[in-house]
Amino acid sequence: MTQYTAVTDADLAEMLSAIGVSSIQELFDRQIPADVRLGRSLDLPAGLPEQEVYAHLRALAAGNVSAEDEITFLGAGMYDHYVPAVIDMLLGRSEFLTPYTPYQPEVSQGNLQAMFEYQTAISELTGLPVSNASVYEGPSAVASAGYLARLANGKPKFVVSRGLHPHSRETLQTYAHGFGAEIVEVPLRDGVTDPEAWAAAIDGETGAVFFQQPNFLGAVEDATALASAAKDSPAVVVGQYDPIPLGVLKPPGECGVDVCVGEGQTLGNRLDFGGPSFGFFAATEAYLRRMPGRIAGETVDADGRRGFVLTLQTREQHIRREKATSNICTAQALNALAGVVYLTWLGKQGLVDLGELLLQRTHYAREQLVALDGVEALHSQPVVREFALSLPGCDVASVIRRCQDEGVNPGYALGRDYDELPDGLLVALTEQRSKADIDRLVEVLGAAVAAERTAVGASA
Amino acid sequence: MQRDRATTIFEKGAPGRRAFVAPKLDVPEVDRDSVLPPRFRRDAAARLPEVSEPELVRHYVKLSRRNFDLDTGFYPLGSCTMKHNPRLHERVAALPGHSRLHPLQSPERSQGALELMYNLERALGEVSGLPHVSLQPSAGSHGELAGVLLTRAFHEDRGQTRHKVLTPDTAHGTNPATVTMAGFEVVKVGTNPDGGVDLDDLRAKADEDVACLMLTNPNTLGVFDPNITEIAKIVHDVGATLYYDGANLNAIMGKARPGDMGFDIVHFNLHKSFTQPHGGGGPGSGPIAVSERMRPYLMNPRIVKQDDGVFDLDDHGYEKSIGRLRGFQGNYGCFVRSYAYICSLGADGLTDASETAVLNANYLLAKLKEHGVADKLPLAFGDLCMHEFVLSGSPMKKDLGIKTLDLAKRLLDHGYHPPTVYFPLLVDEALLVEPTETETKETLDGFAEAIAQILAEAGDDPLIAQNAPYTTPVRRMDEAAAAKRPIIRQPLGDAA
Amino acid sequence: MADASYPTELLYHSEHDWARIDGDTAVFGITWYAQDALGEVVFFDPPEVGSSVSAGESYAEVESVKAVSDVVAPLSGEIVEVNLGLGDTPENINNDPYGDGWMVKVKLSDEGEIASLLDAAAYEATLS
Repeated sequence: MTQYTAVTDADLAEMLSAIGVSSIQELFDRQIPADVRLGRSLDLPAGLPEQEVYAHLRALAAGNVSAEDEITFLGAGMYDHYVPAVIDMLLGRSEFLTPYTPYQPEVSQGNLQAMFEYQTAISELTGLPVSNASVYEGPSAVASAGYLARLANGKPKFVVSRGLHPHSRETLQTYAHGFGAEIVEVPLRDGVTDPEAWAAAIDGETGAVFFQQPNFLGAVEDATALASAAKDSPAVVVGQYDPIPLGVLKPPGECGVDVCVGEGQTLGNRLDFGGPSFGFFAATEAYLRRMPGRIAGETVDADGRRGFVLTLQTREQHIRREKATSNICTAQALNALAGVVYLTWLGKQGLVDLGELLLQRTHYAREQLVALDGVEALHSQPVVREFALSLPGCDVASVIRRCQDEGVNPGYALGRDYDELPDGLLVALTEQRSKADIDRLVEVLGAAVAAERTAVGASA
Repeated sequence: MQRDRATTIFEKGAPGRRAFVAPKLDVPEVDRDSVLPPRFRRDAAARLPEVSEPELVRHYVKLSRRNFDLDTGFYPLGSCTMKHNPRLHERVAALPGHSRLHPLQSPERSQGALELMYNLERALGEVSGLPHVSLQPSAGSHGELAGVLLTRAFHEDRGQTRHKVLTPDTAHGTNPATVTMAGFEVVKVGTNPDGGVDLDDLRAKADEDVACLMLTNPNTLGVFDPNITEIAKIVHDVGATLYYDGANLNAIMGKARPGDMGFDIVHFNLHKSFTQPHGGGGPGSGPIAVSERMRPYLMNPRIVKQDDGVFDLDDHGYEKSIGRLRGFQGNYGCFVRSYAYICSLGADGLTDASETAVLNANYLLAKLKEHGVADKLPLAFGDLCMHEFVLSGSPMKKDLGIKTLDLAKRLLDHGYHPPTVYFPLLVDEALLVEPTETETKETLDGFAEAIAQILAEAGDDPLIAQNAPYTTPVRRMDEAAAAKRPIIRQPLGDAA
Repeated sequence: MADASYPTELLYHSEHDWARIDGDTAVFGITWYAQDALGEVVFFDPPEVGSSVSAGESYAEVESVKAVSDVVAPLSGEIVEVNLGLGDTPENINNDPYGDGWMVKVKLSDEGEIASLLDAAAYEATLS
């Protein structure tokens, strides 16, 4: 017996007698052949009381430098937005935390309606009429959009902007190698997808095109132009979007995007060192029956009362098996619930206000940083919440370390993913970074760059 | 439960209401068009709800009360392992050192997280008997995709192009769907009268064009395949890999290991055996463990422990990696919870979990027999079971006029979540019951009595079950209407 | 839903499909038995006009809430018309399988195949 099981000696005797065996071991011996039984204890530490497990996990947490411990400008796909208290409170409720997929709609209306509301919110955000109830996370959502295209038109070539998140490009590549599509990458020019190379890469064999808005370097792409370049091809136009900037940016549904996917972490989900979060997946009506994942729909019950069910399930693996639109089996229901609660918390005007605030602060931060000696803008495109700098002649990792020693994490070293940008630094903002924080970054980064240039100069 | 008429959040509130107060603009304001040209701008705001915080809270709390959940009642949903979710896990996962850790924080400043992941990998390797672990996949289905893509890479590395993957006809739907997504053709293998793999059929279909056999053991019939060693031999003799769908791992922790049975790849559902809260259907986590020969193809980045005890993330740690399957390192928040679970239970506790799960399942089965239920709901295969069992509602339907679905719906009125119904497909009117180890004997007794009562009641009047449930927030739903003319978002007027 | 019936003026394929032959064209649909087995039809995924069909092979899919079934062509030919009305009212397949529930009209490529179909009595005999 452990803290989570309840079989007393008296229970055990009664249960074994009801079953008609003499021991629990007999249940295993009669079903598992001797040659594959383990026959020893697992080589793992002994169990611990709750307070000791807590202490251990707290000690591990203390071995990390979190956004609680430094002023962070790290983004590159996940962002340190404030998670409102109502989310902790609602997600902690047993009724949301501990049920499973709503297989029995009569006792899952809370979940199903939350999915329906989530779908509505994502549709509104993206300007696309159809949304599923969420998928695993961002980059795999991009890859799933590729599979949708593969099933929809069968064309073997995917055209991918180099501005797409490196993790999305890698994930798409991994999936595409399986189902047999080739990736053609289009380079960036002055921070955005090179429009001529993009148009030239798209032809009658292109199954899908992929870009990111804003792109990985923080630059706002001309989404309408990118989408329209694919108009005369069979390609499905896929945009990976950061949802927060959609408070101010033209929605993909108005730009000619067919499938909009993205990482939902910024909508009320914690950083959690990369997950769990959710991926959103929205599309034009034409792809309704090709969507991966769960979809909730409205209907009525036997008494005519309004209610919600999982619908269009014939797309899914448990029914269509090898012909399914995806192998995905659930949604990220709890994380998507955080998403719709967050969007509700922000509200119609709040999302706009948040976007405008980020625009202004991001603009201010870029101006201030670019004014520093040894710091340049990597591109001059409009940005919303994130921008790329270059620190010519500096070892960026070393600059970051110097800043972190001063309690500021200045951002992400682009050279980790972009060989052509060895001195690039990607700086991200959220509403949690005030003017005072930005000013502190300017001070610390300026000093770090100066020190680094001195160090490099001295060693040269 | 809450029985008000359903109104969505989009139908509540009033223009101008809000729960969010934006931080004040503390930088010098510049002309908005100069920072973002109008052609990139949104014309009309997304029509999100406009409610105050109290309205928001009341709406979602009321919604929550329209759900049945594990903390309220018994949830024997077969194949889903609805075991208790210790609340310690929520507390430790919420520690800011875990929950506010950015995934791109440098390894030297995320040592605690990397150590936790490293330890979890070792533990999963030990439980499965397969030493090399990647935590990256987001769910079981994602782990399956990883496994089949690893198989592809394994064969390609040997200069072989194989086209087929074998799956038993009892398999979860995710298996065949995964096979197609990974670019292989599905070939079904039959089931023998004892509920295991039909060896003759397997021998006939296993040839040099087969890349892999995907198996669950115990399988979805609750049957542990006694021929597993022979199956592994047949598959390995044609050069194929053997994949273990870990959905049913909760039956064998500390008792038997997929690696020892000859499996090359296994996925874990952390949300099953290692007790993640199911969250209404996600998040989950689906790490995989593999044998030595599959190791080079695992997903990057790899967590390494250096000689000096410092942990690092190596983007090129696996030399022939299939690449990434998602962003960042996986569902770390889930790792924290499952790691806490393993720390709490330890070696003996995990073994106890599986032993008790199997005990509980067999006890429930015996109790149903005692109540005379077995005539109407016989066990589909065998006489004992592992951690779950499949009953057939076929005689019940014939003799009493109620289907498995009716039984399930009537169970709702008794305060139980029904078992999985109509799966596996192989069993007519299937009812797949998995009580898990965290339920008490009294709960199992009560459930067996409820089933007996429902059958007795149906003997008098089948209409009662046929029209059930009666006590839930809504009654049976018109699913056909939902599918015919899909309404999948709240209509908000003209736009979109 | 209509009662079980198998009109004698139609010919049948053992995969539960019927054909109404009119010279060198034929109209296809599914039988009462097929729609009953499927349950309430919620979606018909039609083929394209101009595509060809082969006897014994699937040319379309019908869906109920929790099942998808292939619809098998009783005869070979080229599709000249599709019942687009089923898009809005797939329930016609249940309510009137031999009338408004028809699926496609086909220009036959091999009238010799007709001889291989079953008459109503022979088809009904396969159902028991």
